[in-house]
Amino acid sequence: MRELKEKIEVRNLNFYYGENQALKNINIICQANLVTAIIGPSGCGKSTFIRTLNRMNDVILGVRIEGEVLLDSKNIYLPTVDEVEIRRRIGMVFQKPNPFPKSIFDNVAYGLRINGLKSKSKIEEIVEKSLINAALWDEVKDRLKENAFTLSGGQQQRLCIARSLAVEPEVILFDEPCSAIDPIATGKIEDLIQTLKINYTVVIVTHNMQQAARVSDFTAFMMLGELIEFDNTDKIFTYPSNKLTEDYITGRFG
Amino acid sequence: MNRMSFARLKESAIKAFFFTNGILAVLVLIGIFCLLLFTSVPAFREINIKEFLIDKNWNPTSPVKEEYGILSMIVSTFMVTLGALIIAVPLGIGVAAYLSDVAHWKVREIAKPIVEVLAGIPSVVIGFLGIVLFGPIIAGIFGVSHGLNAVNGSILLAIMALPTIISISEDSLNAVPRAYAEASLALGASRWQTLIRVRIPAALSGILASMMLGMGRAIGETMTVLMVTGNAPAFPKGFLSSIRTMTANIAIELGEVPYYTTHYYALFAIGLVLFIITFLVNLASDIILHKYQEREQ
Repeated sequence: MRELKEKIEVRNLNFYYGENQALKNINIICQANLVTAIIGPSGCGKSTFIRTLNRMNDVILGVRIEGEVLLDSKNIYLPTVDEVEIRRRIGMVFQKPNPFPKSIFDNVAYGLRINGLKSKSKIEEIVEKSLINAALWDEVKDRLKENAFTLSGGQQQRLCIARSLAVEPEVILFDEPCSAIDPIATGKIEDLIQTLKINYTVVIVTHNMQQAARVSDFTAFMMLGELIEFDNTDKIFTYPSNKLTEDYITGRFG
Repeated sequence: MNRMSFARLKESAIKAFFFTNGILAVLVLIGIFCLLLFTSVPAFREINIKEFLIDKNWNPTSPVKEEYGILSMIVSTFMVTLGALIIAVPLGIGVAAYLSDVAHWKVREIAKPIVEVLAGIPSVVIGFLGIVLFGPIIAGIFGVSHGLNAVNGSILLAIMALPTIISISEDSLNAVPRAYAEASLALGASRWQTLIRVRIPAALSGILASMMLGMGRAIGETMTVLMVTGNAPAFPKGFLSSIRTMTANIAIELGEVPYYTTHYYALFAIGLVLFIITFLVNLASDIILHKYQEREQ
């Protein structure tokens, strides 16, 4: 195994929706160029957690956050940090495919244009590269001008991945990316995540334990807003040290 | 009579009731159109229809030569409408965007109903505002003798169109799925970029609809323009000249015209032209909306 390098470190993270505490003292380290999976039963706070990593929870009213999230050893919640810059460095793919009501090409080009890239040839080049890297190019190269909604759900999700790749983030967060698509499309996205980790750090939330076992290097098990166990994926799925983890992965609840 | 047949009878009675209601609305509309059409036709026994539409001079009571050209009024109507849209559209979309994207929810809860109440202010009150407030201001700024002109009319029509534009635009901005905004923000777009490049384009059908409704209101509005545009029936030289719109002309002259004269019929013909214009505006907005919605799906 290659040498580990910490990309994201979460320290003593507490998160509140109003009076309601959704995350309780979370400590997790996401290693660079590896896949970290977050598993746990519904409502355990795993989506809330992953959204704290790119400050997506900032747009919700009435939330409060305590603790630190370090990206390359720098706390992204410091008042001096620009959350727009953070979100550019940490891309996100959502639960339901959410392409813009624009053409396939414009969807991928969007992130480039908002960052001020004007050159048409450069944009075309990056769009093509991103679609190739998202394993979608062959399916859409002849219909780039068509509306993104003409694609199937699985294709839309890969389009959303291509859209994230285009702005060249360092980390990509996947929030249950396969929950709204069919098994074959899910397989394609899992393969894709395996190739993505060569260049990116990946964090994935999933309610599907087999998926976590297949794609991830490290796995965190959460329950009721608490981190129960965090370890090598192999260890979590073979010799979990916590009774709750064992019960969950053997299907006794969840 | 058994219970089954009573239920069936009730069913068909209800059907008949709603059918009558539906057909009545359509019949009234057709009736209005027919009235306009049939009362207009006699006018063209004496007026050349081409002259009616492209002649600039409206002088139906001249002892020398009666003239029935409504081009000045058509141009005047379009001038105030255009002026109103130039003011109201950017302002309306701006306010809508502020209310939906920037304002604290408490501000929105208070401001939105207030804006909607604005739509209920009687047009005569707004006209009054134009005479005592905007008139002198316009006269002062542009150095003209009085402020009863197309600019004044445009401002007032803009005020009247604003509530519609704000309210419907804000509704359609709110109806844009949150997933679009989240996707945009997650790519490192600022809130401003997200609004301009994702949310407003996604809400465009509603925003266009609000503009068309505002435009329809401006074209058909009578009382305010009658009060503040000066009503000079000459061809407008610019936005600072006094103008007379089609609606104002009908309102001014219909009360005094001798019945069943060419002049009387000509006024109905103006009404018919207005009807056709507003019909075309609505048709255009419908086509735009459908095209856009098809593209969205």
